[in-house]
Amino acid sequence: MSPVSRGFRHLHRAPAGQEDRVPPGQYVTDGFPVLSAGPTPHTPLGRWTFSITQGGQTRKSWTWQEFRALPTETVTVDIHCVTRWSKLDTVWQGVSVDTLLDQVEHDAPYVMAFCDGGYTTNLPIEDVTGGQAWVAFGYDDGPLESEHGGPARLLVPHLYFWKSAKWVRGLDLRDTDEPGFWETYGYHIYGDPWKEQRYAGD
Amino acid sequence: MVTIELDPPDWPGHQAGQHLDVRLTAEDGYTAEREYSIASAPGEPVAITVERLEDGEVSPYLTGELRAGDQLELRGPVGGYFVWEPGDGGPLLLLAGGSGVVPLRSILRHRQRTGSDVPSCLLYSSRTLPDVIYRDELDTYHDGVQVSYTLTRGQPAGWTGHTGRINQALLAEVAWPAGANPLAYICGPTSFVEAAAAALVGLGYLPERVKTERFGSTGGH
Repeated sequence: MSPVSRGFRHLHRAPAGQEDRVPPGQYVTDGFPVLSAGPTPHTPLGRWTFSITQGGQTRKSWTWQEFRALPTETVTVDIHCVTRWSKLDTVWQGVSVDTLLDQVEHDAPYVMAFCDGGYTTNLPIEDVTGGQAWVAFGYDDGPLESEHGGPARLLVPHLYFWKSAKWVRGLDLRDTDEPGFWETYGYHIYGDPWKEQRYAGD
Repeated sequence: MVTIELDPPDWPGHQAGQHLDVRLTAEDGYTAEREYSIASAPGEPVAITVERLEDGEVSPYLTGELRAGDQLELRGPVGGYFVWEPGDGGPLLLLAGGSGVVPLRSILRHRQRTGSDVPSCLLYSSRTLPDVIYRDELDTYHDGVQVSYTLTRGQPAGWTGHTGRINQALLAEVAWPAGANPLAYICGPTSFVEAAAAALVGLGYLPERVKTERFGSTGGH
């Protein structure tokens, strides 16, 4: 049981009627904060590819033009950052990860997303399939800005937002669940905001 | 701006650059939790420095309501990437924007306490001179630590230091040349970090040796 902080009164409340959309320990923001561990990479679209890899081999790769020729979806989702902000009703355009993985025959239970700048994050395959994950290139009717992960980032809104890797360049199919970048620095291996899985051991 | 010294039981120790979580609980059970960079060096009493944000929820409480002897619920230390140990070497370039100086102060104190001779340079961007946090302490550094300020909103009469926001020209003048293979830590608001990191990469710094920590204008702190 937490001790009461004498004199502390709360200011932030979830918008009326939306309380059940805000996970425990989160507050709703209208802004779009930026968090990343290093400089923002700027890969020219002419050199950009998105790849499905496995065991050191490239199983499938798309150029930007090929990627953008794939069917796209517009989704409206709530996002939740481990630093405790949540943003409701964000609108993204992207390619469903189902569309990408459908082109590679495999039975891998996990993926490691890899990115420009060296960032990685691990995800179970069942969390990036079934209409739950996208490679997003558009935000709010415009292109995705580089500081928010453009030209393209992973979007996995049902997990804490560090799993939605910025500047994503591909998915590596894995047999085992190994920690990615933040997961090796003490953050939770899975990251379910509804269970407050912020740090290892939560 | 208030520095709060904490005395957590069973503190496992921290690394320079790490942060901790503070959780407040209202009488109705509502809780609010925020991250604060640790201002003290490893081995010193744990301290945080909190900037009061008028539209914030936790910082007005910590800077206005909290009294010596009150209990706070803490979690930490947190974060293992934006950290520095003497063995990581340098030369060190520390770029601070406003209260982003807090974890960098921890790094400088750690360097001092461990007797490290890693050449270090702190460039601190502040609105005005009175807004500079830890100025008395920072001004005492010498022997391999170079501290300079750039003032972005106004300068006192006779100011001979730098003015304006950090950009590539200022960094070319103040920071280590890329050829020295420096290790850079940047902390501040997003726009500051974004500009400073891009400028360093433009000067030839290796992106993997530029570590950033950002706090956005979330309106929530």
